[in-house]
Amino acid sequence: MDAIRVENLTRQFNGFTAVDRISFTVQTGELFGLLGPNGAGKTTTINMLATLLKPTSGFAEVGGFDVARHKDAVRRSIGIVFQEPALDTRLTGKENLEFHAMMYGLPREERKKRLTEVLELVELEEKANVLVEKYSGGMKRRLEIARGLIHWPKVLFLDEPTLGLDAQTRRRIWDYIKKLNKDRGVTIILTTHYMEEADYLCDRVAIIDFGKFVALGTPSGLKDVLRGDVVSLELEGETAALLGQLKKLDWVKSIKSHDGLLSLTMEKGERRIPELITAAQKSGVSVACVHLRKPSLEDVFLHFTGRMIRKEQAGQGERLRGGMPGSGRRR
Amino acid sequence: MMVDMTAVYVLWLREMKRFMRAKSRIVGALAMPLFFLVFLGLGFNRMTVPGMTRDVSYIRFLMPGIIGMGLLFSSTFGGLSVLWDREFGFLKEIMVAPVSHLSIVIGRIAGGTTTGLIQGIMILGISFILGFKILSPAALFLSLIMMVLIATTFLGLGLIFASKLKDMQGFSIIMNFVIFPLFFLSGALYPLENFPFWLKYLSCLDPLTFGVDGLRGLLLGASTYPVVLNFGLMIFFSSVMLFLGAYFFEKSESV
Repeated sequence: MDAIRVENLTRQFNGFTAVDRISFTVQTGELFGLLGPNGAGKTTTINMLATLLKPTSGFAEVGGFDVARHKDAVRRSIGIVFQEPALDTRLTGKENLEFHAMMYGLPREERKKRLTEVLELVELEEKANVLVEKYSGGMKRRLEIARGLIHWPKVLFLDEPTLGLDAQTRRRIWDYIKKLNKDRGVTIILTTHYMEEADYLCDRVAIIDFGKFVALGTPSGLKDVLRGDVVSLELEGETAALLGQLKKLDWVKSIKSHDGLLSLTMEKGERRIPELITAAQKSGVSVACVHLRKPSLEDVFLHFTGRMIRKEQAGQGERLRGGMPGSGRRR
Repeated sequence: MMVDMTAVYVLWLREMKRFMRAKSRIVGALAMPLFFLVFLGLGFNRMTVPGMTRDVSYIRFLMPGIIGMGLLFSSTFGGLSVLWDREFGFLKEIMVAPVSHLSIVIGRIAGGTTTGLIQGIMILGISFILGFKILSPAALFLSLIMMVLIATTFLGLGLIFASKLKDMQGFSIIMNFVIFPLFFLSGALYPLENFPFWLKYLSCLDPLTFGVDGLRGLLLGASTYPVVLNFGLMIFFSSVMLFLGAYFFEKSESV
């Protein structure tokens, strides 16, 4: 059975379409990722699947229940870790978990057992009776993951699970996520704008941009689209002639030009670099810098959208102001 | 829609834990009413209060008003605390749980009413130290019920505002243009007999007027309106406010 089924799901805010007719299914036990820049519609999608936002149109089913019509049944079968901490900092870690367990109606004995189990899982037993306001960012995130698991959810939503965490903590969180998915068989949907996170964790990734899916597949399958390595050249001088030459070479699979950089895809890139430099010199262009990269999801994003996802982060402000009326609203 | 008693209980419990832990909040909730009671009470103590019998000194007249004031402020803020939960993200954790919104509203009201009641009893306790005496145990009991009605009324009001506002920015507007006018209109500090007739009519729209007057009738044995009328109106006001609070909360989106 599919854990999640989504058909033409759409959400608009005051005429702005945050999520635009997306369709996908997630199988039980799968680790599925939504990858895209901020403002692409990832959180809005999660909020709709978690019954916190009403879809404007379209259909979504989680754990076999329609999110619009059977909210309580959906809520019972999901766990969610929000992008921003959703903890009561005036309560201890354990009290936060108890609150959750009681809201989900776990009987007293099971509650005790589960609390110990999940605290152990995220290695927070020793901090259980400390007020959450004293927790670090990583501890809060781990506590939230533990909380999301208490009531045995069939599907766990993780919205940017490692946002703002340091590299070491991120690694640990990744390990928990993997462990949950592989050892316990929890279906996990996570959103992220970190390429390496999606690459490392997800069985399948959907790349989302401006509310639409631009690609969907396994990380390696998506990278195969690029057919090889990526060689980036930083050039100085008139590049038109060189471009024309490169286009004639049959081993150059694709050429993308952006921000004064030329990104070429080819197999065995390391062997082709000398040829490229010679070609550049012949057409009177000097090469300032060469960069060889085995393809990453970043390149896949570039391939499908013509932009770098990281550039997007920097240009966020303008995009929000320019493209999203009523964007003061939190979502 | 069902009321889930476990959810109500756990929301109430959370409120209690937060209240007991925030020592500054308890002190703060008591300090202002106490300052009013002590300074105004002692400062105006020699004055006779129009509409009251001679033996009702100003400080005795003031005491029920100060309980009403404490309840007005703490309960409205209690209702508005949904905004804090929204600000700190915890509202999402509450809203995504498989419990009805009605249970959530009832849990909040239960928590807010209990803290309000604790505060009222503390002010009452302090006034005993200042030499206040109760009329009868029954009157004391009924005055506690009146406190509950006042608390629920303004918790409902706070919830309405919390559902309509998206963040804390409207807070000072509510403070200046809702809470203070309600406070001054209610006659908590002075008898309404001195008001010109139009202000008197206006004060009849303020639930706190009847709440405070009811408390005066029960605690002092002297009131402007009959105690039964005060009770009836307060039951009416609290039901309407609760209904509206729950209605608007249900309609608001949580993210």
